[in-house]
Amino acid sequence: MSAWSQFIAIVKRDLLLEWRARELVIGMLVMALLTLLIFNFAFDLSGAQRAASGSGALWVAIVFTTLLGLGRAVALERQEGAWEGLLLSPVERPVIFIGKLVSMLFFVSAVELVALAVLAVLFALPVLRPGVLVVVGLGTLGLCTLGTLFAAMTASVRSRDVLLPALVFPLAVPVVIGAVRATTLELNGFTADAAPWKSLLGGFAVLFFALGALTFGSVAEE
Amino acid sequence: MICPGDRNDFIRPSSTRVLEVRALTKRYSWRTVLSRIDLSVDAGECVAILGPNGAGKTTLLRLLVGLVRPTSGSIEWFGRPAGDFGAAVRSQLGVVMHRIMLDPELTVAENLRYYARLYGVPDATERIQALGEELGLTDRLGDRVRSLSRGLQQRVALARALLHRPRVLLLDEPDTGLDRAARICLVELLERFCSSGGTVLMTTHASELAGQLAERAIYLERGRIVWSVCGRDEVDFHLRTQPRLMTV
Repeated sequence: MSAWSQFIAIVKRDLLLEWRARELVIGMLVMALLTLLIFNFAFDLSGAQRAASGSGALWVAIVFTTLLGLGRAVALERQEGAWEGLLLSPVERPVIFIGKLVSMLFFVSAVELVALAVLAVLFALPVLRPGVLVVVGLGTLGLCTLGTLFAAMTASVRSRDVLLPALVFPLAVPVVIGAVRATTLELNGFTADAAPWKSLLGGFAVLFFALGALTFGSVAEE
Repeated sequence: MICPGDRNDFIRPSSTRVLEVRALTKRYSWRTVLSRIDLSVDAGECVAILGPNGAGKTTLLRLLVGLVRPTSGSIEWFGRPAGDFGAAVRSQLGVVMHRIMLDPELTVAENLRYYARLYGVPDATERIQALGEELGLTDRLGDRVRSLSRGLQQRVALARALLHRPRVLLLDEPDTGLDRAARICLVELLERFCSSGGTVLMTTHASELAGQLAERAIYLERGRIVWSVCGRDEVDFHLRTQPRLMTV
């Protein structure tokens, strides 16, 4: 049995399950759209602050959406013990971590595509610039990496719905700050100034990816 | 032969030792769920773990398969310490826990194919078909698991556990939800598994199932082994005469 084949099996099963049940993406999408809509009504979008408001709204939507998706995904896994079935199988823990991370990236990215389109319409911002997409990609990778690790850690805890955001939010602060700043700069056309923030986002993703791959086995156990 | 409760009596020297547990203890904060359990199991044995609710049977199984870490004590699978429960050990174990460990939204075949890939079963399609026939699931392979009755779901859980041809089956109340015909099927299946060299460790409330299958029975109460009997006739006799078991 190869790790690649096991990885594909994990991702394929997650995508198939979501296709059948449609429990994650629809909930996440509604959350993202509502957040953008509320921010659209709450802020004055006529001035120079439009890019900052838009990027702030985008990242609030992404953070909430990711946490909602992670929490729901863990609940679904725990429902009939499928999570235990996976842990009992001869799959190395880093492979499970990467598989779950990639599945979550698929779901969050699907929601982000719609959210970016809505943001472009509501806030009249040029969100389809390559620089903006790179920032969104790096920030999402960081959030999902951190979230997947902590979702596994809290999977067997009764109060995981409260615990997961409480653990992830403080640690995600560098991602949120970096992503909002970098997105604002990219939206205003200051690509060079956004580079340090992109490096921060990339570094954060690499750090938590390595941490997740190394510690997933320990944190996933009860 | 009735084995008294002294710890060393549960450890029998053998070259075909599959599992060896020594002084296994599990505490959740102040509560001791299992206390200094000693147990050894040889290849081909069928061991029943009996006891009332809350005795620690499920916790013992969860410790053995590595889902929970022990507070103290050691577990050895196939002569090797199972401290980190590597993939090599997990690939030899087939586990049925109280929850079915299946995805309700996927079909029976999809669930089994998924696990076949995780376990690297080479002839997955043939194996799924064969298990389907053996467990009476052939015409339900295309059905979603959530549409099946509890008894049928339990059969699928058994198929999942047997899929990768494990050396050891660990079953937590495997007869849950099974009707009489399915129970007979389960007994036959486990008998065939043991006669082909497989090892079974099962927890059960049903002394009938233990009496039919087990060559050894262990009775747990409040996290301790209270008694143990060896030999199928002795197990059967003990299960019929033990007043404790009349009510479980």
